[in-house]
Amino acid sequence: MSDTQTLDRAAQAMALVDYRDTANLKQLPTRNGFGEGLLEAAQANRNVIGICADLSESTRFEALKNALPEQYLEIGVAEQMLVAMAGGLAAVGKIPWIASYAMFNPGRSWEQVRTIMALNQTNVKIAGAHAGVSVGPDGATHQAIEDIAIMRVIPHMFVVVPCDSVQTKKATLALSQTFGPTYLRFAREKSAIVTSEATPFEIGKAQIFREGADVAIVACGILVYNALIAADKLSRERGIECRVVNNHTVKPMDEAAIIDAAKTCGAVVTVEEHQVQGGMGSRVAEILSAQHPTPIEFIGVNDRFGQSGDPVELIEYYGMGSAAIEAAALRAHGRKRT
Amino acid sequence: MQTLTPQRLRELDLKATDVREGIIRALLAAGSGHSAGSLDMADIFTALYGHVMRHRPEEPNWPQRDRLLLSCGHIAPVRYAAMANFGYFPVEELLTLRKFGTRLQGHPERVSLPSVETTSGPLGEGLAQGVGMAQAAKMDGADFRVYVVTSDAEHQCGLHWEAMMTAAKFKLDNLLCIIDRNFIQIDGSTEEIMPLEPLADKYRAFNWEVFECDGHDIAAFVATVERAHAVKGKPQVIIAKTIPGKGVSYMEGDYTWHGKPPNAEQAKTALAELAATRERILAHV
Ligand SMILES: Cc1ncc(C[n+]2csc(CCOP(=O)(O)OP(=O)(O)O)c2C)c(N)n1
Ligand SMILES: [Mg+2]
Repeated sequence: MSDTQTLDRAAQAMALVDYRDTANLKQLPTRNGFGEGLLEAAQANRNVIGICADLSESTRFEALKNALPEQYLEIGVAEQMLVAMAGGLAAVGKIPWIASYAMFNPGRSWEQVRTIMALNQTNVKIAGAHAGVSVGPDGATHQAIEDIAIMRVIPHMFVVVPCDSVQTKKATLALSQTFGPTYLRFAREKSAIVTSEATPFEIGKAQIFREGADVAIVACGILVYNALIAADKLSRERGIECRVVNNHTVKPMDEAAIIDAAKTCGAVVTVEEHQVQGGMGSRVAEILSAQHPTPIEFIGVNDRFGQSGDPVELIEYYGMGSAAIEAAALRAHGRKRT
Repeated sequence: MQTLTPQRLRELDLKATDVREGIIRALLAAGSGHSAGSLDMADIFTALYGHVMRHRPEEPNWPQRDRLLLSCGHIAPVRYAAMANFGYFPVEELLTLRKFGTRLQGHPERVSLPSVETTSGPLGEGLAQGVGMAQAAKMDGADFRVYVVTSDAEHQCGLHWEAMMTAAKFKLDNLLCIIDRNFIQIDGSTEEIMPLEPLADKYRAFNWEVFECDGHDIAAFVATVERAHAVKGKPQVIIAKTIPGKGVSYMEGDYTWHGKPPNAEQAKTALAELAATRERILAHV
């Protein structure tokens, strides 16, 4: 966008890039940030290692594999083995990052995650690649849209869903330095980079990316960008001002930030590339219904499976595009108690 | 099974070329997908659909049909191309591969397309389901056979070995596992990523009857299937030696073709090579 309008103060405080400037907006897959962050973490601490299950390119393990082969293990197509072996390595002091498609790890390896990582409280880090329907043509078998639910239900887990590749790198570094079983989720396709190097990141601390007092849009992952676009349009076209919260840490969730958003705005929309049932938005609903009942609209996949298709086409079809978010914000706004 | 006459063999060799063409066209149209494994299983899928299996394309859910499970779902294009070429649906439908709304999902789905028997793509799950189907046939006294096509790298999945044990325990001689032994997986050679050899001995140790054959020699494959069918009281496996990308020279033997489609130029070359192959087969009277 060429207008001279600057971003609002919240966005400036977060050092966001001008996400409205579509022509100059950089796009990179969030998984790239994982590859970069992992290499840096492994360079800083030789106990940080990567274990790969035959997907070194897809998961962006390649940088580590090439630069520090002694901190990299390849075990073939064996995702349960990934978790169990990493549990052993962690028990002896390593900090293993294990990565596959989210569908298979933690999808296939769930009970190992629960027992060996969480009940055991071992310092194993899962990187779940290719999450969401935006995986595209591979179809439903490869589109993990239940992974947040099955991870957030396990005690002790950290569950983090960063909004862009720059933030994914920061999350990878921060999680590498934080003890505890961890699930970091990212996507396959290129997506808009809305944060900058200067944007802060702290595990468990939600971020206000846009200020507004009419509706709170609480989003995570690559759809944060769609939420910002929807908020911008609602402001320009309807004079409705949305607070946009980048709720990157699904567990432990920043309850204070969620309650503050609900109190300030009186209506909430949650946005995630995941099943509505059991996802990030469900956690928001759990928090608010107990502590500050507020009308909520949920953006996500509604109890269906994905399918083959173009990523953007699928995001739209399953109702997660910016227009769907706008409509949900209007519905939430209409439900506000006056 | 009928006897495989030289005439019939030639027809099948031609069909395998049609199947490879279908794979190339579908992958080109899709703009993504798995070339190497799809091409290297074209001869075996042609033999299965064209000669070995009892099935009715016009009645895909015929209860007496032999069951064919494709465990390594990423090579769906070969199954789709074989199905199209043996009358399950028009060859043109192959061009919908991986597109929104298609029955030909990126990885095969049971609910979308009758007779694919199960949804696959997540590796290592086909044999276990085949064990269930073969056991059900035993329980019902049904005489259909169960064929499970697996990739080699699927043998790195634990469940596959659980299935091997179970098949032997229940003496499932109506179960035939066929391995696409192409020695590749995504990150490189299977023997570097996670060694599988001695694979035949491992199956023998699990009480399976083991056969090996050239996966590009339809006559040899059919003869091997006949020997496998004669086995009583044990599940059988055919380790089919294949060349990844078989039939398209620039893909042959190159693992980097595991998960990518040809571009327009590459597809043109591939189709020209396949046309030449067809001419060679026709010239051989
Ligand atoms: C459980 C599971 N883990 C990982 C993957 C991703 N993946 C797809 S194909 C493949 C391995 C490829 O090797 P192989 O199965 O031998 O197939 P080929 O390359 O020979 O076609 C992997 C790891 C998957 N589909 N399922
Ligand atoms: Mg292989």
